[in-house]
Amino acid sequence: MEDKLILNGHEFTSRFILGSGKYSLELIKAAVENAGAQIITLALRRAQGGETENILDYIPKNVTLLPNTSGARNADEAVRIARLAREMGCGDFVKIEAIRDTKYLLPDNYETLKATETLAKEGFVVMPYMYPDLNFARDLQNAGAACIMPLGSPIGSNKGLCTKEFIKILIDEIDLPIIVDAGIGRPSQACEAMEMGAAAVMANTAIATAGDVPAMAHAFKRAIEAGRAAYLAGMGSVVETGARASSPLTGFLHD
Amino acid sequence: MNHMEYMEGMEIIESDMLDKVISAMEAYDYDKYTERDVLLALSRDTLTPEDFGALLSPAALPYLEEMAQRAQRETRKHFGNSIAMFTPLYIANYCENYCIYCGFNCYNKIRRAKLTEEEIEREMAEIAKTGLQEILILTGESRKMSDVDYIASACAIAKKYFKVVGVEVYPMNSDEYAKLHKSGADFVTVFQETYNSDKYETLHLEGHKRIFPYRFYAQERAVMGGMRGVGFAALLGLDDFRKDAFATGMHAYLLQKKYPHAEIAFSCPRLRPILNNDKINPKDVHERQLLQVICAYRIFMPFAAITISTRECERFRDNVINIAATKISAGVDVGIGGHAGDKKGDEQFEISDSRNVDEVFEAIKNQGLQPVMSDYIYV
Repeated sequence: MEDKLILNGHEFTSRFILGSGKYSLELIKAAVENAGAQIITLALRRAQGGETENILDYIPKNVTLLPNTSGARNADEAVRIARLAREMGCGDFVKIEAIRDTKYLLPDNYETLKATETLAKEGFVVMPYMYPDLNFARDLQNAGAACIMPLGSPIGSNKGLCTKEFIKILIDEIDLPIIVDAGIGRPSQACEAMEMGAAAVMANTAIATAGDVPAMAHAFKRAIEAGRAAYLAGMGSVVETGARASSPLTGFLHD
Repeated sequence: MNHMEYMEGMEIIESDMLDKVISAMEAYDYDKYTERDVLLALSRDTLTPEDFGALLSPAALPYLEEMAQRAQRETRKHFGNSIAMFTPLYIANYCENYCIYCGFNCYNKIRRAKLTEEEIEREMAEIAKTGLQEILILTGESRKMSDVDYIASACAIAKKYFKVVGVEVYPMNSDEYAKLHKSGADFVTVFQETYNSDKYETLHLEGHKRIFPYRFYAQERAVMGGMRGVGFAALLGLDDFRKDAFATGMHAYLLQKKYPHAEIAFSCPRLRPILNNDKINPKDVHERQLLQVICAYRIFMPFAAITISTRECERFRDNVINIAATKISAGVDVGIGGHAGDKKGDEQFEISDSRNVDEVFEAIKNQGLQPVMSDYIYV
């Protein structure tokens, strides 16, 4: 059976969600191709009409657009931006970003949940960006989210999986794809997330700020594929303290 | 007229920010910092105000290259290679203030003018043809000649042609900012000029601008009125630029702490040192010092937008967008009218970079940077 990422019934073979911000528009096509990405995020605030350098003109037509609501400070604004994205023909996918902190850009889980509830009812494929909190993840699932997108570390920080233990809990407990978003700085970190059982990885800054954007997109693709393959293969266990004791504690058992 | 006393009609808000900024500035002794403080500041992930002070000190000047490198990394991390483009539009140059350094001051005999709504629309339509999607509306500071309703209608017209509308006008009350916000404006910039209130008093001799605290609290009132973002600046060189830059950073820092959702922007205008002057004044703001200030802002508040003015020349602007600035104006005319028809009123100051939108656009691209016409959404 082919290994697919499924979001509200929409199937994808790639598990790499690529960002389109922070780099030159003419590199987007090459980055998408090298990433083998089938989903690309897009800040709606960068794509509001306008004829000069409209980012929408640079995104290949065969990929699924994932407009994000960046710029929204609360649920109400996120909902309005999502509706605007749909009106502009960006499709039904939406990544909820509700952020009321301009310094660290940490997501506001409560506002994110409220926006998710509204937009899921309106038929959007809702992909909420959130701080990895099990209770909120459960609420988001109940509210109709298509997946959960916990942050690995602060957005743009390239610090990797600082929230690893909490993401693991989400992977164990939530029956939705867990897509690690934000903070992934290197292919090895993306690989690690996939080995853990993340369903996909979203990355932008790490690729956007690389010396060679398309080449880094390709490096991420391969790392994500390797991590996924390792996860599917079943990770071997590592014996931490050397060989087995010769006098086992359970030696007294008889029948 | 006591410059620390509010005039009638000026809103007083409950805030201790002014006291905090002024006492921090007064305590800031830039001569106490050493090489070690500078290196420590540069090694930190997140800088404290103390670190910011070190980066603005004379001890940091030998480390300007290191500061520029760090600033560039921070800029890339937060903004990638995006450079936002915009243009200012002066719709009126009437002014009730007597600020001795300003070309618009009420005693300066210049051609005064105010654009009609039709003229504003014509100017904006012309500017929009260049592809720009962000505009900054400016007036001289005359409530009488350019009242809030007039500025609000200019914002409403701007909203038809542009995605992002900012205003740089006289300070207002929060309900007036709310009115402008409702009309389409999302960003407010107010230059404090200098944070040294004694010096401030000697430069702003008449008019409402003389009231130091009312001006200081403009950004906070703007945020209370629903504005998305606010801009800060000291006119570097009016007084001790290190102290003024420190106060500007602290003002922005404390505002963002109190209103974490507010977007922060810095502008970095300076009075140019007089060339061929034999006496070297340590308080002069040469290009090195200006770059030091810009880099210190960037490293202290890596997420803030930094605008580079047409007061600076092409060479400086093109280089600084590669290091720390994230916003650049183009096709600038600081007189009244002139984009679509004949100029009606005179200029506020002389600009040093007269390149049009296409030229600046190309210059950004030639550096491998990405010009961005709109990076905000009005919701």
